Amino acid sequence: MTDHYLVLSAILFTIGAVGVLIRRNAIVVFMCVELMLNATNLAFVSFARMHGSLDGQIIAFFVMVVAAAEVVVGLAIIMTIFRSRKSSSVDDANLLKY
Amino acid sequence: MLTALIAIPAIGALLVALLPKGKDALAKRAALVVTLIVAVLTVVMALRFKADGPRFQFTEKYWWIKQFGVHYAVGVDGVALVLIVLSAILVPLVVLASWNDAERSGGVDNPPKRSVKTYFALLLSLEAMMIGVFAATDIFLFYVFFEAMLFPVYFIIGSYGGPQRSYAAVKFLLYSLFGGLLMLAAVIGLYVVSANAGHGTFLFDELRNLHIAPTTAKWLFLGFFIAFAIKAPLVPFHTWLPDAAGQAPTGAAVLIVGVLDKVGTFGMLRFCLELFPGAAKWFTPVVLTLSVVGIVYGAVLAIGQVDIKRLIAYTSISHFGFITLGIFAMTTQGQSGATLYMVNHGFSTGALFLLAGFMITRRGSARIDAYGGVQKVAPLLAGTFLVAGLSGLSLPGLSSFVSEFLVLVGTFTRYKVPAVIATVGIILAAVYILWMYQRTMNGPTAEAVKGMSDLSKRELIVIAPIIAIIVALGFYPKPVLDVINPSVKQTLVQVHQQDPKPTIAEKGSHQ
Amino acid sequence: MTTMNAALAAGEVVQHPHAATGVLSATWLLIALPLAGAAILLLGGRRTDKWGHLLGTAMSLGAFLVGALAFAAMLGQKGDDRTNLVHLFQYIPAGSLNVDMNLWIDPLSISFVLLITGVGSLIHIYSIGYMAHDPDRRRFFAYLNLFVAAMLLLVLADNYIGLYIGWEGVGLASYLLIGFWQYKPSAATAAKKAFIVNRVGDFGLSVAVMVMFATFGSLSFQNVFGHASEASHGTVTAIGLLLLLGACGKSAQLPLQSWLLDAMEGPTPVSALIHAATMVTAGVYLIVRSHVIFELSPDARLLVTIVGAATLLAGAIIGCAKDDIKKALAGSTMSQIGYMVLAAGLGRPGYVFAIAHLIAHGFFKAGLFLGAGSVMHAMNDDVNMRKYGGLRKYMPITFATFGLGYLAIIGFPGLSGWWTKDGIIDAAFEKGGTSGQILGWLALLGAGITAYYMSRVMFMTFFGEPRWDEDVHPHESPRVMTIPLILLAIGSIAGGAFLIAGDRFANFLAPVVGEPEAGHKLITPYTVIVFALMVVGVGLAYVQYLRRPIPRTAPAGNVATTFARRDLYGDALNESLFMRPGQWLTRLTVYFDNRGVDGLVNGLAAFIGGTSGRVRRVQTGFVRSYALSMFVGAALVVAALFLVRI
Repeated sequence: MTDHYLVLSAILFTIGAVGVLIRRNAIVVFMCVELMLNATNLAFVSFARMHGSLDGQIIAFFVMVVAAAEVVVGLAIIMTIFRSRKSSSVDDANLLKY
Repeated sequence: MLTALIAIPAIGALLVALLPKGKDALAKRAALVVTLIVAVLTVVMALRFKADGPRFQFTEKYWWIKQFGVHYAVGVDGVALVLIVLSAILVPLVVLASWNDAERSGGVDNPPKRSVKTYFALLLSLEAMMIGVFAATDIFLFYVFFEAMLFPVYFIIGSYGGPQRSYAAVKFLLYSLFGGLLMLAAVIGLYVVSANAGHGTFLFDELRNLHIAPTTAKWLFLGFFIAFAIKAPLVPFHTWLPDAAGQAPTGAAVLIVGVLDKVGTFGMLRFCLELFPGAAKWFTPVVLTLSVVGIVYGAVLAIGQVDIKRLIAYTSISHFGFITLGIFAMTTQGQSGATLYMVNHGFSTGALFLLAGFMITRRGSARIDAYGGVQKVAPLLAGTFLVAGLSGLSLPGLSSFVSEFLVLVGTFTRYKVPAVIATVGIILAAVYILWMYQRTMNGPTAEAVKGMSDLSKRELIVIAPIIAIIVALGFYPKPVLDVINPSVKQTLVQVHQQDPKPTIAEKGSHQ
Repeated sequence: MTTMNAALAAGEVVQHPHAATGVLSATWLLIALPLAGAAILLLGGRRTDKWGHLLGTAMSLGAFLVGALAFAAMLGQKGDDRTNLVHLFQYIPAGSLNVDMNLWIDPLSISFVLLITGVGSLIHIYSIGYMAHDPDRRRFFAYLNLFVAAMLLLVLADNYIGLYIGWEGVGLASYLLIGFWQYKPSAATAAKKAFIVNRVGDFGLSVAVMVMFATFGSLSFQNVFGHASEASHGTVTAIGLLLLLGACGKSAQLPLQSWLLDAMEGPTPVSALIHAATMVTAGVYLIVRSHVIFELSPDARLLVTIVGAATLLAGAIIGCAKDDIKKALAGSTMSQIGYMVLAAGLGRPGYVFAIAHLIAHGFFKAGLFLGAGSVMHAMNDDVNMRKYGGLRKYMPITFATFGLGYLAIIGFPGLSGWWTKDGIIDAAFEKGGTSGQILGWLALLGAGITAYYMSRVMFMTFFGEPRWDEDVHPHESPRVMTIPLILLAIGSIAGGAFLIAGDRFANFLAPVVGEPEAGHKLITPYTVIVFALMVVGVGLAYVQYLRRPIPRTAPAGNVATTFARRDLYGDALNESLFMRPGQWLTRLTVYFDNRGVDGLVNGLAAFIGGTSGRVRRVQTGFVRSYALSMFVGAALVVAALFLVRI
């Protein structure tokens, strides 16, 4: 029964990953990253249920906390970049290179 | 005692570094006082050393990292003692000699913005590490000092050196780190071997008696040997030295060539031979070849140099050939001579570098053709330079002669051809020293040299003790040899080598 | 006595030294006095300028006094007890090698001591006058004292290391004194050349010392000579040849002769003391001292005689062509030392004649050089004999003393050169066989040429019409210079007769080199031939240089003259064989080291730098490309995990 949750999790993760790779808008990329994180959360919880252990659920909480912290920092960075460059495209912010 | 010798300059370095800005004069004086204290303590220690006592004296041993069998263990035998005395005597003189060097560093077109006190702090920390490296009887501790020594030198060359200082500093660092890395691998390998044999340790005394499989021993020997060969430096690992010594400020050049490089030859004698006697014998033909090549090659290169400091550096490469030749000849005369050579070379080449430095400071150029006829305007400078140079070409009656003679005789009793080829070095030595002397000091006085002042009082105080030591050891080397001989005997016992008997078995005693 | 004769017949003269007592045990003062003088004068600096020359002379005279007292004490000893040993200190202890600093005082070394300190003191006194106007006179005396100390150590050491220290010490003093006027590039170059050529000889001596240690396990004369007969023939020959190489360097014998002529750049008293009377004869001392070795090796001895004979001719030929008075005398020195080396190579009784000729030569050649210095003093330091002439009226004392020295060197019967040189020529013929005949006739020929070139010097300088430069006003030198000349002239007259007549010197040296053979005839057929050749030589010079006017500039000579003027192309040979290839080799090596060895190192560094320069382009700065590579990487890891599991 939980297999379906795992399949859903895989589909969500793939959508997120593809989104990170092909979208240019920083906000969308950001949301795709969140999608991937939550896909893994779903997988964790499903496995916890399958194995009857709490470990997966606990890790899911950790991931949520990290994701929340990441949102705070990430959004702030995106905001700052948008203010200075009038653009939210990730391809425009390429100064940090060789 | 030894811990104090390491700690005093280390603490001194910290104190000097922490002095407030602008107190340069105080920093210099503090550095001088600290180094003098160390020198006095070292001399006291040397006088209390009993030549006929146990091999290692003034030993101390504490656990450092118990989990890995690492000790803080120090102690000196005769060889280490004379090298520590050499360092402790040279450093105060170097401090005094480089009194005004830090302000002047960088040359004319590269105005100095370097901190004066940092220079002296670095010198002091270098002294602590030099004494530590000779005193360590735990191989891990030795390795730590061996590597840590690089950093003061790197910063001294890189910050206070000549126009090409960063190139020279990086080259020096990379060469040494490369060697150090190989040595680290060998040190770990040694630990693993000892751990497999029952009880993992880094203590030299315990490792000496360890049985190592021949193939393993050869690899471990190579790890140590290449590190030491780079340090010494032996041809073909030598090219860092002319750059480093040529670009380093005078004082640092003295310490690099005079003391630092001796760590390499000291390590060969102490570690390569005693830990891996079988492998050492197996590699002897290679090392002897490299040594002889180094003697002749270094000398020929020295003849062709146009820069005074590089010339002296190349002469050292030739001299290091003699030292390794003596060590690997594995006779009492060879090894005693090699050890004595380390000391004498420190003084005579140190004096040459110091005097060349004094001269270069005055004229602002290290090129030989920028000089000429200095003897006429600065007779003291020229005279002391000649004495130091003559010691460099091993004139009998000056210190280097005794050691070079011992090395050659000691080598000849076992390896005839290398000894004879090495003897060609004495002819080449005369060429490079006297030709340099002629081009700088003799002939009509060059226009740019006319106003050159003779040695100042400070410079005279620096150079006089070295010249005195050179002459004294030339005529009466016995005290030093008496200290060295027992340790060398131990080494030879460890490598199972006995001096070849004279072809005519002797009847009666010596005289 | 019979056993002793048997031992002598076998070529073994082993000296058994005993500890010295009385004055002889104070002989360390011999070295200490001049050494202290040198140290005080060098360290004292300008403060000692006023009295430096007096101190230097006093130290030399003091050493002479000690030497004379020691000599007197030795005469009081029985013949076989005359080998004394003074233990000073242990020098180098290292395993089985144990070198002591001892003094070995026997008839041979005391003869040298008297020569060195005696002639040395006279030259010190002469130099007070000669160097009076030189601002660096103090330094000059310091070096002279240093030389005397080193030379005494050379002849007094009881082992080859002590000898070697003195050997190089005199080399150093010679270097310093040749280059005394170092601001002249020619002087500086000559000094360096002398030192380096000597080092080539020292190479031989060093290797000889190594062979001795490897063979005998000791370097003291006593042990080496005592066991020499036990060593293999090859070893002894090798030692002999290596010692000969050392002797060639120091004594300017072929093929290491080239430095001596250039060494005349030094002040004239130096040429007299170092490059005529004492230092250059050290090679002869070395051979005679090591006679035990040479006696065991006929091959080595033959080579010694060949070198000696070749050099005595070469030096004489060079002497014929030089217009520079000092260089003519230097050629003569080479030639005379050639006689000594020849004599030393002939074996007993040649040793006695070698040393006797050495001492006689010390007197007359020092006198000739000092006389030449006196002449130069009068001629505003001009050395060109073509600008001299007719000086006998203006410098009577110099003329008389120079003349006596001249008669002594050409072997005028009764004067010292006649006694000693005839002895050598006789000894060569007595050697017997073809080689003896050849060597003898060469030595005879040399004697004839000697008479020719010395007469040439004499006639060009003191006879004929004045050919002076305009501003030259010759005058006799001051007393402080002429008195040494007179004393040396006395030595030139009487020295030979004193030593040779009645085998006096041979008996004195017997404990060292063996008893003289009885029945040595003073006058042989060869004496007559020598005299005849001498007359021919003088006559030839008379015709060429006294009967005809001498042009002030040297005429272009024929091939032979050019050959002699250019020192038999010795320098040219050295230059093309060693110097040029050496320079090329040096340049090549420097290039190889910079481009090859260092190039490899820097090339490796450049390669790593270049590679990373290319690889870093991967960092594009596009976040999404980083993300892609991360995904690919993760996918690969996952794939790998799957693969491993299956």
